[in-house]
Amino acid sequence: MGPKSEDSLDTSGLERVRQSRARHSRTRHSRTRHSRARPYWNPYLSGVALGFVLFISYVLTGHGLGASGGLARAVTAVLKVIAPSSVDHNGFFASFGGGARSPLDSWIVWEILGVILGGALSGFLGRRLFPETQRGPRLSRNARWVIALAGGLIVGWSTQLSRGCTSGQALSGGAVLAAGSWAFMFSVFGGAYLVAYPFRKLWR
Amino acid sequence: MAPFDPTGWGSWAEPLIHVLLGIGFGFVLERAGFGSARKLTSQFYLNDLAVMKVMFTAILTAMILIFGCVTIGWLDFDQIFVSPTFLWPQIVGGLLFGVGFVIGGYCPGTAVVAASNLKIDAFFFVGGLLFGILGFGYTVPAIELFWHNAGARGVETLPQVFGVDPPVAVLGVVLLALGMFAGGEWIERRVAGSAETGEKK
Repeated sequence: MGPKSEDSLDTSGLERVRQSRARHSRTRHSRTRHSRARPYWNPYLSGVALGFVLFISYVLTGHGLGASGGLARAVTAVLKVIAPSSVDHNGFFASFGGGARSPLDSWIVWEILGVILGGALSGFLGRRLFPETQRGPRLSRNARWVIALAGGLIVGWSTQLSRGCTSGQALSGGAVLAAGSWAFMFSVFGGAYLVAYPFRKLWR
Repeated sequence: MAPFDPTGWGSWAEPLIHVLLGIGFGFVLERAGFGSARKLTSQFYLNDLAVMKVMFTAILTAMILIFGCVTIGWLDFDQIFVSPTFLWPQIVGGLLFGVGFVIGGYCPGTAVVAASNLKIDAFFFVGGLLFGILGFGYTVPAIELFWHNAGARGVETLPQVFGVDPPVAVLGVVLLALGMFAGGEWIERRVAGSAETGEKK
């Protein structure tokens, strides 16, 4: 046996260890589905791909990518059906679609629809598309749902204070060197690392 | 010369282009593992720094392409949307966002991707996002002065802030990112393997 085949033996051995570790870290309940999931892309490769999508967006449309803006338009659209006058009388909601304008008449709404399709397609191909609650090992399923709702409330409120989220501010603004976007990005990491330890029982 | 204006290409162009861009965006986020709250929050417990790596590689890639095309005169930077600076709302909003990220496990874009893969907790998170945004609409009157005026500096880029030419700022960001990648790899080796999150090395 030459050194070449020894190398390949070694690699497959490591791969087996890695897969077995991955299996054992899952809950018993969903072991089969998890072990069928294919590995993610390398993070640097993912980053280059994401950067290309962002660049193409700027070239084709003059703006970057976004997420929270589309959700704000969805909220305004529902509010407009339930209580149209509260949209017209509130400067925040009116800016998305007061008067005769539809809150959903924006590029970002189309983009969010694409995100749903693209995310589902990738998950399907990677065998990761199945019902599941993502949670830390110490947290019950119901507790995780309540906590997720609470986290969403905080993030939703703050995206509007900062006029964008990790997509529209940190990523898109970051790439065109917008000063405020960089301040936002470092604040996000700062806020998260500040509370990661006290909240460690949610995830560790 | 870019950027193009798809609204002039027909009524189909703008929706179609944005759906396709969204598909690319969602696809790559999911490929990177960002449809998983456990993978995302690993960033804050230092055993898997994929969030930082993906984000800064994406910023580097797009930034180099954008400023490269501006330098050769193919892309008009003045026609590109640059998010204006509202310094204090962005800092306070960012800090709160980070707290909510650790608690909830997602950010808005990744929550949509996770929900598209039927992660039940992501549906609760998105529900929280919607009510949080609704709540902000009714909070605005109380914080309007702060929201509109605190550190409002208009469109302002890092080269302007530091008084350097754009290529110098681009180089600075590249060096910063490379330093963070090197530090990140070192931290990951020290803290633990990222094997449990299923990342392909």
